[in-house]
Amino acid sequence: MTEGRHLQGIATALWRDNPGLVQLLGLCPLLAVTGSFVNGLGLGIATLAVLTVSNGLVSATRRFLQKEIRIPIFVLIIASLVTCVELLFEAFFPALDRALGIFIPLIVTNCAIVARAEVFASRNPVVSSIVDGFGMGLGFLLVLVTIGLMRELVGQGTVFADMHLLFGGEPVNGLVVADAGWLIAILPPGAFFALAVAIAAKNAMDRRRSVRLRERTGLR
Amino acid sequence: MSNPSVLKNGLTLALIAGVCSGLVAVTYAFTEDKIEDNRKAFLEQKLKPALSGLFFEGDVTESVVTLKAPHGLPGKDDALIYRLYASGEPVAALFIVTARNGYSGPIRILLGVDISGVVTGLRILEHSETPGLGDKIDEDKSDWVQQFAGRSLEDPAIDGWQIRNDGGEFDQLTGASITPRAVIQAVRETLVYFAENKEQVFAMPGDSAQ
Repeated sequence: MTEGRHLQGIATALWRDNPGLVQLLGLCPLLAVTGSFVNGLGLGIATLAVLTVSNGLVSATRRFLQKEIRIPIFVLIIASLVTCVELLFEAFFPALDRALGIFIPLIVTNCAIVARAEVFASRNPVVSSIVDGFGMGLGFLLVLVTIGLMRELVGQGTVFADMHLLFGGEPVNGLVVADAGWLIAILPPGAFFALAVAIAAKNAMDRRRSVRLRERTGLR
Repeated sequence: MSNPSVLKNGLTLALIAGVCSGLVAVTYAFTEDKIEDNRKAFLEQKLKPALSGLFFEGDVTESVVTLKAPHGLPGKDDALIYRLYASGEPVAALFIVTARNGYSGPIRILLGVDISGVVTGLRILEHSETPGLGDKIDEDKSDWVQQFAGRSLEDPAIDGWQIRNDGGEFDQLTGASITPRAVIQAVRETLVYFAENKEQVFAMPGDSAQ
């Protein structure tokens, strides 16, 4: 296992196999909490932590796991980790915990986490599983904050508002771009529009890149 | 039953369940005090403004009594009453009740009433009203809740405890009348309850005495 392969694994998780934009996993929290940048970031960090540790634990125990009981064990590990993360959030970021509400405990049901346990961590050594969990978590986090940023900007006219929920200190208004926004962006339909725009943008970039690549390699 | 893998699987599951429970227990022990402090701080921070600086003695959170439905107060959830005293005399009560008929789900409100039945303040603790419309009941979003301080069942009379659209004396919110209607109704019902049960409110044994 070389560092190069780990880096490549992370790059793949961030872009080519991005859990939110390509695998379309964990859409429920992705659509529900991305009303603002800070909410997306909070849930993203929680998911990233759970995914990294759960991949590590699943990989570490993979030798004792018989096929029949692997799913209950994944669920046990993931549910315990999520409970711990929820307690930590309640203790250290109480305001954000209230803002995210039910979606912290619902990380348990984020299928991106079970999927990585099943597809990757249960078949690979500990270090590369942790790297995979981190990469996938980061990929998910980036989608959450991108969509959060788009919806906050369009819906509320601000960027990075309420960051004190996560980092403490005085209430922050963020960068006020406009006094008011189009409410639809914060309402549930806005989540679908924003996700659609994000997926379309990614596909367009991929297509342009592959066209350019073909021109350069002289495929006429 | 003689299949050895059943036993082995069962033991593996039990072992991992034990380790996981241990992990949760350790985290719980580590965060327990901090979470309790946060809850108290949040409550105090929410309770104080609903009293508009009214003087009282003792710890607000110690005089609480929790009432299970049916309790005669608005909502089917538990209602909480905090009793405040100064020099041994009751001076005010804080009610936490639920307005059930909001636009999207229950609205948990905190209402402070002094001993003479005058509102000292109203705060919205939890709600899931539409962002940009009904959520203006939140004191962070608009000053709509401020209009209640200083009012009582005599000011205005009971028929006036409605939004202007319905012939009452309270402002509605642009684009949202269901939300303010629900909140005002809950406030009115709480004031009526307090007027009718004032002695009982302060006579009930608190949660900590049980």
